Amino acid sequence: MASSTRSPLTPSPVALIIGASSGIGEALAHRLAGDGYRLALVARRTDRLEQLAAALEAAAGPRLGPGCARVYAHDVTDYAAVPALFQKILAELGRLDVVVYNAGLLQPVGLDEYDFAKDRAMLEVNTLGALAWLNQAAQLFERQRAGHLVGISSVAGDRGRVGAPGYNTSKAALSTYLEALRNRLSRHGVHVLTVKPGFVRTEMLKTAARTFWVITPEQAAKDIAAAVRARRQVIYTPARWGLLMFVIRHIPSFVFRRLKF
Amino acid sequence: MTDLLPLDRLASLDNFGHSIKTVAYRYRPTQVAEIAELFRLAERNSLSVALRGSGRSYGDAALNAGQIVLDIQRMNRILEWDPGTGVIKVEPGVTLQQIWQYTLEDGYWPPVVSGTMFPTLGGALGMNIHGKNNWRAGTLGEHVLAFTALLPTGEEVTCTPEQNSDLFYSLIGSAGLLGVFTSITLKLKKIHSGNVRVSAWATPKLAGMLQDLDQFKADYDYIVGWVDGTNRNGRGQIHAADYLHGDEDTHPGKTLSLDYQTLPDTFFGLMPKSAMWFFMQFFMNNPGTWLVNTAKYWMSATLEHRKQYIQSLIAFNFLLDYVPNWERSYGRGGLIQYQSFLPLATGPDAYLEMLRRAQKRGLPTYLGVTKRHRPDKFLFTHAVDGYSLAMDYKVTNGNRARLQALANELNEIVLAAGGRFYFAKDSTLTVDVVARYLGDETLQRFRALKQRCDPHRLLQTDLYRRLLRPYVDGDAPAPSALVAASAAAD
Repeated sequence: MASSTRSPLTPSPVALIIGASSGIGEALAHRLAGDGYRLALVARRTDRLEQLAAALEAAAGPRLGPGCARVYAHDVTDYAAVPALFQKILAELGRLDVVVYNAGLLQPVGLDEYDFAKDRAMLEVNTLGALAWLNQAAQLFERQRAGHLVGISSVAGDRGRVGAPGYNTSKAALSTYLEALRNRLSRHGVHVLTVKPGFVRTEMLKTAARTFWVITPEQAAKDIAAAVRARRQVIYTPARWGLLMFVIRHIPSFVFRRLKF
Repeated sequence: MTDLLPLDRLASLDNFGHSIKTVAYRYRPTQVAEIAELFRLAERNSLSVALRGSGRSYGDAALNAGQIVLDIQRMNRILEWDPGTGVIKVEPGVTLQQIWQYTLEDGYWPPVVSGTMFPTLGGALGMNIHGKNNWRAGTLGEHVLAFTALLPTGEEVTCTPEQNSDLFYSLIGSAGLLGVFTSITLKLKKIHSGNVRVSAWATPKLAGMLQDLDQFKADYDYIVGWVDGTNRNGRGQIHAADYLHGDEDTHPGKTLSLDYQTLPDTFFGLMPKSAMWFFMQFFMNNPGTWLVNTAKYWMSATLEHRKQYIQSLIAFNFLLDYVPNWERSYGRGGLIQYQSFLPLATGPDAYLEMLRRAQKRGLPTYLGVTKRHRPDKFLFTHAVDGYSLAMDYKVTNGNRARLQALANELNEIVLAAGGRFYFAKDSTLTVDVVARYLGDETLQRFRALKQRCDPHRLLQTDLYRRLLRPYVDGDAPAPSALVAASAAAD
């Protein structure tokens, strides 16, 4: 305890990552720990979380003190459990400065497939889970008049495409929700960041058909951490997706509905 | 089963200097039964409760980040007042301001007051505050005839210096970590005028100032020194004051009235004082402070030197209230205070060394205040037979780590000189320093008291977790062992 450098004068900020067991969430945990954040890690797979926490403690523990990475088992579709868990995390970590909603689900569907179960599952994880968590965080941040809310949305939310109606919808809804939160909260000093990754080498990518411009989760995490510091509103990662999506967003419907992607 | 605490209860709570910011669930009960219920709520949910008055602690003593804060400010009724004896019984949320405004017309004044009139009595006793008359009047706790308190166990206790005296001498001064005061009976001081006679003189060197504090203390009721923290020799000015006695005040009916005891709204009849902090912030830097301090010192050494004048009790005592929101002049990062207490013999040399060390590190204190003290027998007593020096520091994002490093250096000087610290002021101590100044025996006693009064550790603050919990719940049974372990870790 005495060896940690934390004191009231030099507190360490805290980041909560929902969906931290792999991919962008895991990479972001490493990145933020390196930047001096203590971490609350939320996911279903506690064995992976425990491993991650152990690695983070080993790397950052001497600087941030014991318990600098805490693990919370949770299924994001268990919405009713969120307020109590949020209360517990706030009490155990003492503060929250960054809340990242990273949990995401992509269920591939065929071009002529209409599967309500799959669509529902994606909306439950990608959208409703985000609403459950970020609604809590928004109320805290409004009262502390500070904080960063980060939603990992997707380039897929920018247009509805033939290949992924449910996934597109879930991410479009998340992006819109984040925009609304930004409009609600920026007047209270709260920063809301919408992250729109392209293809990132994660478990989700294994089900993707065609990929290009693939980046590692670490590269995405680096972009996200920089955007938090710079208080950016919306970022694409890698950044060139911004240009591509600008074009795609402006493809007129009579063309777009004839395309195969 | 978890109770959900309403997010509407989340409130931004900070320290007096606005340099430590937290969010916590704030509860503001009016009844003792509500406090008991809150303890049960905390226990059911593995949460802790911090006690908070008007938030005038300079550090993290009234903060409980992310958990429950019990704000006693609504328990603010004056329960009994006897103008014949000067004995007053109040709820813990009553402030010093409420007390003096209530009793002044009967010729009574709180025997011990802080530099601001806004602390609650519960908070003031939790910290066992002192004033500019500490060597003479002792701490506020020494004027308490009795109090009742609710322990986290649910037990209600009545304590006097004789009855439950172990709890009397530990609940007072233990920073709200053992129980909640529910009523306090205090003996006030009889006064014969609302004025004091103030003498002021300049002191070119810190050693001379401390010598004067000691030598002239017998001649005055209050004595306090201002130190120019930018000056190598610690030059400064002493203000000493006496109550007026007998017929020295020809109009006591006038001076003992609330109409008379007001702080002016403007400086020089022009500048609104509510705007002062805004203009002061432009001087809250090293060159600005040097300029202001130099001008102030030369004023004190010339025009004001060896002058006597009459001042109202509140103008003399509540200097911190003279400029409203003065603490905001320190800017967005706020301020901290570093205060230490040193014995007569080692004080002068060690304090000069501390002033110079701070200057050497580029962190001169912007306000230095010295006082004369005497020891008391409360558990966590901060006082010694000697002096104190309070050093105010501006906090910025750029200097936080440097300030902490400086404080670590100053801590070593204080410990080597046999000094002590004060939880109401602290934001820089570390676990090992606490054991070295409080000692094994005191910490063992606290551990036993905590076990008896609060076995489920419901009363906690950020300060408790930072400095004391390791001695209560730590793996190391003896504080001395923990000190050795932390020294080894360093």
